[in-house]
Amino acid sequence: MKALGARSAFYVGFVVGTCTLYVLLRQVGFTRNVGSVEPEAHKKSPLEMVEEENKNWKKERLALFNLNHPHHTGEDGTLADALYKRVRILCWVMTGPNNLEKKARHVKATWSRHCNIVVFISSVDDPDFPTVGLNTKEGRDQLYWKTIRAFHYVMDKHGDEADWFLKADDDTYVVVDNLRWILASHSPEDPVYFGRRFKPYVKQGYMSGGAGYVLSKEALRRFVVGFRTKVCTHTSSVEDLALGQCMEKIGVVAGDSRDTLERETFHPFVPESHLTGTFPKTFWYWNYCYYPIVQGPQCCSDLAVSFHYVDASHMYLLEYYTYHLRAFGYKYRYQPPEPSVIQDLNAPAPDKVEIGDIEEKLGAEEQEGEKKSLEHNEKL
Amino acid sequence: MMSEGSSFMKGMILGGIFCLVMSFFETFNSGTHSEGHEHLHHHLKPVSKDELEKLSESQMSDWTLQVRVYCLIMVTPKLLVHWATANDTWSKHCDKSVFYTSESSKALEAVDLQEQDEWARLRKAIKHAYENAGDLRWFFVARPTTFAIIENLKYLVLDKDPSQPFYIGHTEKSGELDYVEYDSGIVLSYEAMRRLIGMFKDEDRCPERGHALWKTPEEKQLATCLKYSGVFAENGEDAQGKGLFNKKSVSSLISDNMGQNPADAVEACCSDMAITFAGMSPSQMQVLMYGVYRLRPYGHDFHDSLTFLPPKDSDND
Repeated sequence: MKALGARSAFYVGFVVGTCTLYVLLRQVGFTRNVGSVEPEAHKKSPLEMVEEENKNWKKERLALFNLNHPHHTGEDGTLADALYKRVRILCWVMTGPNNLEKKARHVKATWSRHCNIVVFISSVDDPDFPTVGLNTKEGRDQLYWKTIRAFHYVMDKHGDEADWFLKADDDTYVVVDNLRWILASHSPEDPVYFGRRFKPYVKQGYMSGGAGYVLSKEALRRFVVGFRTKVCTHTSSVEDLALGQCMEKIGVVAGDSRDTLERETFHPFVPESHLTGTFPKTFWYWNYCYYPIVQGPQCCSDLAVSFHYVDASHMYLLEYYTYHLRAFGYKYRYQPPEPSVIQDLNAPAPDKVEIGDIEEKLGAEEQEGEKKSLEHNEKL
Repeated sequence: MMSEGSSFMKGMILGGIFCLVMSFFETFNSGTHSEGHEHLHHHLKPVSKDELEKLSESQMSDWTLQVRVYCLIMVTPKLLVHWATANDTWSKHCDKSVFYTSESSKALEAVDLQEQDEWARLRKAIKHAYENAGDLRWFFVARPTTFAIIENLKYLVLDKDPSQPFYIGHTEKSGELDYVEYDSGIVLSYEAMRRLIGMFKDEDRCPERGHALWKTPEEKQLATCLKYSGVFAENGEDAQGKGLFNKKSVSSLISDNMGQNPADAVEACCSDMAITFAGMSPSQMQVLMYGVYRLRPYGHDFHDSLTFLPPKDSDND
């Protein structure tokens, strides 16, 4: 009886010992898991994400200043960097409080990172996002008011910090690097604006609102002056048409934004529609385009600048196609010419204001500036 | 009482030591085994940029010739629109692309295998391709519902010797069998093809018509035949370990990764050098064609060591 008890106690002890140690070792992670090899994707903690954002963006005066032109691993971005410095673009994005989470934040996470400065225009100030509130209501009938005030706002606050001023919607996708390629062959002192040119109603044509349009500094100056002198007023709520009518009155030329093979760069629809779509012959589009419409692959330049009606996941898809996915070693069929501004890289850039200078002036200017803009907005 | 207690204690200590020894043994064993296994068989990556830069001009031109691809596209009249799309898009980038069909269609050209059974059809196509390969040494098998970026396939196999057996794609496990998923495309080297065709003669281990009541999918039958001839499936991935062969569409992969933090969706979804996507509609494939071969941001250049020219008589790339 005694011997049996001892033996079984021994066996029980053996089992207990094995199990205990196994559990212990497993906790420590010593025993090998039958798991698959984990991919190296490092999920960033919220704090890390904020830190990274702070390194690349500077939030100031309700605008986002890009400190680092985004670079991709393994690429040679010298040409893009040179253009980034020479062709400074301020992007303002038409949005609203209800669309910040649904739409605007995807713009913020994708293409707007390639602008020199980004301003999100809303009806309400939001210092976190950040958005600028322009004393308007929301709704389609407010679009031209928002546009007028937005352009006045960016002229006032950021007029010296950019050469070109782009307007886009929160469902427009813009390839800012390609916009720089187009604009590099023009001077910001020329009164000109670019976009997807439509022909009706305005003699020289006007630019589609959804596809985005960009004003030179001189065009913006004249726009502001035009409103001050009442040459331009709030004629209608059809923002793109009304703006186009104003542009014609103040002598700003409606430019041709097509590439050197006469292919469109600004697009009022998603790539799928232009590349594969068959617009019915009764569709308004056929009567609107200033230049001959091409369907199929030649609809769109390789150096496309914009697409419209782009929803959230589509933004990331286009970002992936534009900046990430490529064919190794492929020699592109279209070899665009270098814009002339690249050739005089050694010449100093006009009106260049460093971020450091802005920081210095900030304290003194801010109070004065705010007073001025308040007056201005009241007048409008 | 005392002897029971001490027996118990002795038992416990011995049990603990036993466990320690076993786990040591296991880690050591599986460590070397799986490491060796991984190194030789499981994960296949492209040649590194440093290696590429060290190459001479003559080596470069040798590799450019060696890496040419014969595409076998397995179609049926039911997939006519995808067939036409593959014909109009990515297949133009193969050095030789041949469509193999179950029955002929008046609309498009193909090698008519006159065979309804998928596995039998695949076998015939493989034999035909091997006989007509000329001096091409790499083979890519896909359905027209797959989109392949052939230049990135070439990049993956650039430094691999096609006279060695290679069977590459997105690997899955079925019991003990590692097989390459059909939807995301199958890559075979010349040697793998040779062994496979040799294996076709073995009616026991690699039968043409299955004996079982149910049908085994042809991707698994292929894997089995290859396994018997000593060729094992390898998962194609980039330098960061991201899979290059995708059995989903680009938009699915992006949506999948948008969940927690959408800003990571682009980084997390897919490799820059992705080779295949599957399950895309014909118009989505046209957009992908534009996205890969045309749309790009001006001023961002990659000075790749090899150059692949655009195909003749084509305007969508």
